[in-house]
Amino acid sequence: MTDFLPTLTDNWDLFLDSFWQTILLFVVSGVISLLAGTLLAAFRVSPVPALRAFGTGYVGLLRNTPLTLVFFFVVFGFPYLEINLSFFAFAIVALSSYTAAFVCEAVRSGFNTVPAGQAEAARAIGLTFSQTLNLVILPQAVRAVVPPLSSIMIALAKNTTIAAGFSVAEAASIRANLSELGYPVVSGLIWVVIGFLIIVLPLSWGQRNLERRWKVAR
Amino acid sequence: MEGGAVSANVLFDIPGPRARARNRLLGVAGSLLVAAILGYVIYRFYETGQFDGQKWSILEYKNPQQRLVDGFIATLKAAGVAAVLAVALGALLAAGRLSDHRVFRAPSFVFVELFRAIPLLLLMFAFYYGAPALGFRTTPFMAVVLGLMLYNGAVLAELFRAGVDSVPRGQSEAAYALGMGKTQVMVSVLLPQAIRAMLPAIISQLVVLLKDTALGFLVTYEELLDAVKDLSGAQEFAFPLIPLALVGGGIYVATCMLLSWFANWLEKRLGRTKKTSAPMLHADPGAAMGQGGTV
Repeated sequence: MTDFLPTLTDNWDLFLDSFWQTILLFVVSGVISLLAGTLLAAFRVSPVPALRAFGTGYVGLLRNTPLTLVFFFVVFGFPYLEINLSFFAFAIVALSSYTAAFVCEAVRSGFNTVPAGQAEAARAIGLTFSQTLNLVILPQAVRAVVPPLSSIMIALAKNTTIAAGFSVAEAASIRANLSELGYPVVSGLIWVVIGFLIIVLPLSWGQRNLERRWKVAR
Repeated sequence: MEGGAVSANVLFDIPGPRARARNRLLGVAGSLLVAAILGYVIYRFYETGQFDGQKWSILEYKNPQQRLVDGFIATLKAAGVAAVLAVALGALLAAGRLSDHRVFRAPSFVFVELFRAIPLLLLMFAFYYGAPALGFRTTPFMAVVLGLMLYNGAVLAELFRAGVDSVPRGQSEAAYALGMGKTQVMVSVLLPQAIRAMLPAIISQLVVLLKDTALGFLVTYEELLDAVKDLSGAQEFAFPLIPLALVGGGIYVATCMLLSWFANWLEKRLGRTKKTSAPMLHADPGAAMGQGGTV
């Protein structure tokens, strides 16, 4: 294990570039999936049957398909449909379309935790629609929505590794690059794992802290 | 849902003619948007000949069928073995985390935190690429199963712990007051109630485990997705990747939905009898368990 430290220090550029790709994948698909997921949640509670059916179908389909298969379909299938993008863009499409289904469910079930009596009482004392929403419903719903949403985002951060299997030069692909350069596999893998722990552990501790604080306040 | 949830009609007055017209307009616009998306997908499929009989006819032949079935069996095999091992590991870790002795509590805590945070694919890489470098011979099957076992064992441990914690304290206090020992309280009072409360959530996690076997594709395990990839190179069927991927996806969706449906059924059934004083941990991943790798 004498090569352990040099594996990192000789390849700073490789590690930094790859983890930068990981973070980019995480942030871009995180934002897209939050927006798309919220839109889908709106579809699922809308009074229009066609939109509801689309939302239900989308969520049922994507949530029960392995992410690897979604990647497979996007990366290998889209070229057959004559849709050609970069591998990075393909990865964004796969990650955000998959994650959006989970975001939709978290948002929807979070809103469902607010009892109907809250809205009825707000209406009864004469609050308007926007007052009811802003002062009564949303503050309570956010408490129920944010903890599961942050779990989903943490899972997304870990799921970015799958992109390495589909030609995106992100952190999980460091192993392959290093073994080409002749560095020991195990040291490389350990450094990549340490990198992910640095990203994921603070997120999950923050998430748990948030959950505990808000549970008491409810 | 007890007491009913907020539904749209409590939030605002019954819409008048203008609001109705506006709602109808939004409805039409939304439906058109959905129709446009679906239409575009179908158009792309049609334009690139995905509906051609030649591409789909590969499914009529015996060898490709056999290859798909073999792949699916390999998927189920990995999922089954990993599920048993993960439940066992999870029970062990949960026992450690609930222990009164620090010697057991601390290492279990570190183990659970660590393996929940490491991406599953990297665990599989470690067993597939890393272990041979250290002198252990591993097959792709072993890499998939061991990776799934470590990750899901850690997730399940948290689930088990939450289940035991969710049994009201009065239950264990009453049992201690009767003179039961620690083990007896756990085995005959807490666990029977906790398991009822946890079961739907455990099954949900096993659905996730089943889905995650597809990661085996990236460490050359010959499962369903690998069969799809393999067959899709068939030139004589004009490279039927899209039809095969759709069929493969259909198999996954059907299997997972069956399991989820079972979890929901169980939740309803267990909720009916009042044999546990613990609140039910929902099968729905988004709803109850904030923690965990349900994605």
